[in-house]
Amino acid sequence: MSDTLTTTTDAPREKLTKKAITADHPTWCPGCGDFAVLASYYKVLEKRQLDHEKIVTLAGIGCSSRFPYFVNGYGAHFIHGRAVPLASGISLARPDLHVFLFGGDGDGFSIGGNHLNHGARKNVNLVYFIMDNFVYGLTKKQTSPTSPIGFKSKTDPTGAIDQPVNPMKQLISAGASFIARTHATQVNHMIQMIERAMDHQGFSVIECLSECVEFFPGAFDPANPRKGGAFEVIQEKTWDGTPEDELRHDVTDELAAYKLAQLPFPGVFGVFYQNDRPTKNALEKKWIETTREKTGNASDLQLLQKTFDRMK
Amino acid sequence: MNETSTTPATDAPNSAEDPTAKRGSLATAPSASSGPDRADLRPENINDAVIRLAGNSQDGIQSAGAFLARLAGRSAQEVMTYMTIPATISGGPSIFQVRMGTGEVLSAGDEADFLVAFYQHSYQDHIGFLKDGGVLLYDSDNVTPDLGDKRFVYVGVPITGLTVEALGGTAKDKGKNIFILGLIAKIFHLDVEKLTILIKEKFAGKDVSIANTAIMAFTAGYAYPVGNVLTKQYKFEPHVPKEGERAQITMDGNQALAYGLIAAGVRYGSGYPITPWSSVMEILRSELPKYGGMFVQAEDELGAVSMALGFSFSGYLAVTGSAGPGISLKTEAIGWASMSEIPLIIINVQRGGPSTGLPTNVEQSDLFQAIYGGHGDSPRVVLAAATVEDCFYIAIEAARIARKYSTPVFILSDTSLATRIEAFDEPHLKDLMLDPKPDLSPRTGFKPYAVDQITQHVPPGSPMLDGKYPLVTGLEHDEMGHPTGSPKMHMAMTAKRRNKLRKLAEEIPVPEIYGDAEGDVLLVGWGSTYGPVHDAVKLAREHGEKVGALHLRHVHPFPNGLEKVFARFKRIVVVEMNDQGLYGFGQLATVLRARFCEPKIESTTKTDGLTFRVKEILERVFEGRSFAARKIPREGPAIVHADPSSENVKTLQEVVPQGVG
Ligand SMILES: Cc1ncc(C[n+]2csc(CCOP(=O)(O)OP(=O)(O)O)c2C)c(N)n1
Ligand code: SF4
Ligand SMILES: [Mg+2]
Repeated sequence: MSDTLTTTTDAPREKLTKKAITADHPTWCPGCGDFAVLASYYKVLEKRQLDHEKIVTLAGIGCSSRFPYFVNGYGAHFIHGRAVPLASGISLARPDLHVFLFGGDGDGFSIGGNHLNHGARKNVNLVYFIMDNFVYGLTKKQTSPTSPIGFKSKTDPTGAIDQPVNPMKQLISAGASFIARTHATQVNHMIQMIERAMDHQGFSVIECLSECVEFFPGAFDPANPRKGGAFEVIQEKTWDGTPEDELRHDVTDELAAYKLAQLPFPGVFGVFYQNDRPTKNALEKKWIETTREKTGNASDLQLLQKTFDRMK
Repeated sequence: MNETSTTPATDAPNSAEDPTAKRGSLATAPSASSGPDRADLRPENINDAVIRLAGNSQDGIQSAGAFLARLAGRSAQEVMTYMTIPATISGGPSIFQVRMGTGEVLSAGDEADFLVAFYQHSYQDHIGFLKDGGVLLYDSDNVTPDLGDKRFVYVGVPITGLTVEALGGTAKDKGKNIFILGLIAKIFHLDVEKLTILIKEKFAGKDVSIANTAIMAFTAGYAYPVGNVLTKQYKFEPHVPKEGERAQITMDGNQALAYGLIAAGVRYGSGYPITPWSSVMEILRSELPKYGGMFVQAEDELGAVSMALGFSFSGYLAVTGSAGPGISLKTEAIGWASMSEIPLIIINVQRGGPSTGLPTNVEQSDLFQAIYGGHGDSPRVVLAAATVEDCFYIAIEAARIARKYSTPVFILSDTSLATRIEAFDEPHLKDLMLDPKPDLSPRTGFKPYAVDQITQHVPPGSPMLDGKYPLVTGLEHDEMGHPTGSPKMHMAMTAKRRNKLRKLAEEIPVPEIYGDAEGDVLLVGWGSTYGPVHDAVKLAREHGEKVGALHLRHVHPFPNGLEKVFARFKRIVVVEMNDQGLYGFGQLATVLRARFCEPKIESTTKTDGLTFRVKEILERVFEGRSFAARKIPREGPAIVHADPSSENVKTLQEVVPQGVG
């Protein structure tokens, strides 16, 4: 039913420009990594010329989750940690929409950890962009689930002691069907990742190391060439039969992806894993179709009447 | 049983002397109503009977009871309405109570007219609920009753042995339930043809031998010469159909909720299993795809409410639900729904709380949670279903309000409504059914939160011709949905969210008063106490009391004008199944007192996890009057169950969670 929804616009579409999709001026601290994510998002939307009214920008709570306010388009700013199921509902009911979800490491891996796992397992079709700054930004420097051991925060004044989540490992084992990692200072790479996530049918997650200049400055310098670090990009197999290709990464190989995820910080960047298994959207749709067929495509009234007749 | 005619001695054959009557043990004690008059064999006309089947759950008690219930629904000519009270524990003792009547049946009945006891423990547990003069039909292979107790009529039938014999021994004693159905059909002159069709329908699609076996058991029960041992037979008064009367349909409260939602055009939802809510989601999961919709089992209740909000946001009003503990988990997101003004239906099938509480018992202790559960000023609507039939209509009302006022709407049901079956007039589906699709037409100048209007969101996918797109948010916001910390804006928006529900209050009609429209006592109820409260009013009025009942389906906001009703009574007694709290008033009573500052409002509450009995209400409200003196429950002998291993020993309350016990 929902995929038969059509928008009635006879007027020729205006080009989707950056201006058209820009809303409030971001409230982030100057220098915050999240600016680059927003800029990349604008770029992708502009480049892909999506129908403006079909873009849906969603978020939970956190600095990063303020995202929807900065985008002029349909959007919702939800509650802390629960935006994955919100986005899933939208994606499932309205396959005609482009569902983008943004959030932080606390939002995604801590309070929303269960939803992340199950969204991944269900393989709901959406793009989930996690701005990982290894700290709680909005609440002003508490330990986050990705804070490295030893990180001094207001809740771990002598240094974090709990082992951090490894986002790539967690996403692989949870069953996310597209998993990538990028860095806020590497805009071109980030844009590539967003586009590939969009083109993938399924639960596509991008972890982006996005520096909180306020509470964890320099956290991602080891992967920033301009700060003396190395931004090592995953070389993916091209299947050209050359001996070099043997050494390249097969994105469909879960174990290989897991091995990449084991690399010590700052690790590597790019697509870790991609699997074209059926989405929940497709499976539910198929079920609806076969069920409808079995009813002989009866009208709602006929269906309920038939049920009631059986209860007489 | 209400006997409507005393039948004079007739020409009925005195079959007690029938030589074929070998197997039945006859022990008839004089009963208050009939006496041992052998000539009294013509069926006695009745218009109301309470039949309780007591055995173990694996005996198929529920399905035998359900057959009776379905038959009642299908036999509008003989039987109008009935209620059943099944227990939900599997593997243990179980009961099913059916009340059938030609007239209006409001409650399940305090006492049974007819008790079928499969086992000694069934007899011991339930004999206390048999009326004086009532009939005990027992399996003489398993039960040895105290025949010295002259209050009852005893009918012993070797049910186990006869069933095994009838079915050729292969089925062991499976089929006893259907054998008993046959016996009951005989005793009550039920429509054999219709019952046979029902049995065949029930087993349609299964191996034919199963249906055949069932029919054999039924026929054997029906053929049993029960007239030899029971000196009386009964017949329901013919039901005189009213003009335009509709066919009856039979279902439980959770089914009625689910189908009500479907009729109301609710096509999406999400939930997480919990007793007694689960069957609503199970039905919707398999039904909604037929209608092109979808119900998703979420990872937990937080996910479920969030996904449902996603469905609503996308333009399809959605449903989520749970019982108390799960509703607690949904609370934060429901606050978001209030703030962002996203419509949502939240069903709470209440059970005993707090925490895991009494998961299979009934309680109405989540009213405060529904009205106030949440942080901040978060207005929402709360409706409560009165009967199984009302579960259907309240779902439609909830959807209407949610859409019109773009607000979260709670539906409160409870264990007793969820698990009992009622027959009710088939709804006029043609006039009721809706299937609103999101309206994606282009808009211009749209503001999601115009301060002077009731919010109506535009679903994503609708082009905004002026290029300005709306946001929905849980932060306090301006008219376009962008965050603001302005004190003025927070005041204006808080008022906007509250005022729309004041508007709603204006359109809710004051409920009709049942019984006396003015007088000494007004009983006020909500939810499933409807039946016993109304039955209590009926009984009290028969004893000359000036008493009326006001039943609230809209419990938040209240309809305007209740104060005028209250003014017409000397006493106002709110009857509800929850605790009197620290200040001595139940939850509805507390809210009513706060709303109306009416000191006349009294409260009667209880927390035994059982539904109100009619007598219980009368005794509390009319203390000291003779008609209200409480005869029941009589304490039966101590309950000793055959299997003493601790997990198998169940108290009566566990076994009979729905409150007749
Ligand atoms: C239920 C709930 N708990 C706690 C908070 C407070 N809170 C808001 S954002 C946040 C953490 C944000 O960290 P993260 O998700 O990493 O986002 P960042 O600000 O770092 O981008 C917390 C704890 C909240 N808003 N709601
Ligand atoms: S506190 Fe950190 S994460 Fe938040 S806006 Fe500032 S720099 Fe960015
Ligand atoms: Mg963070």
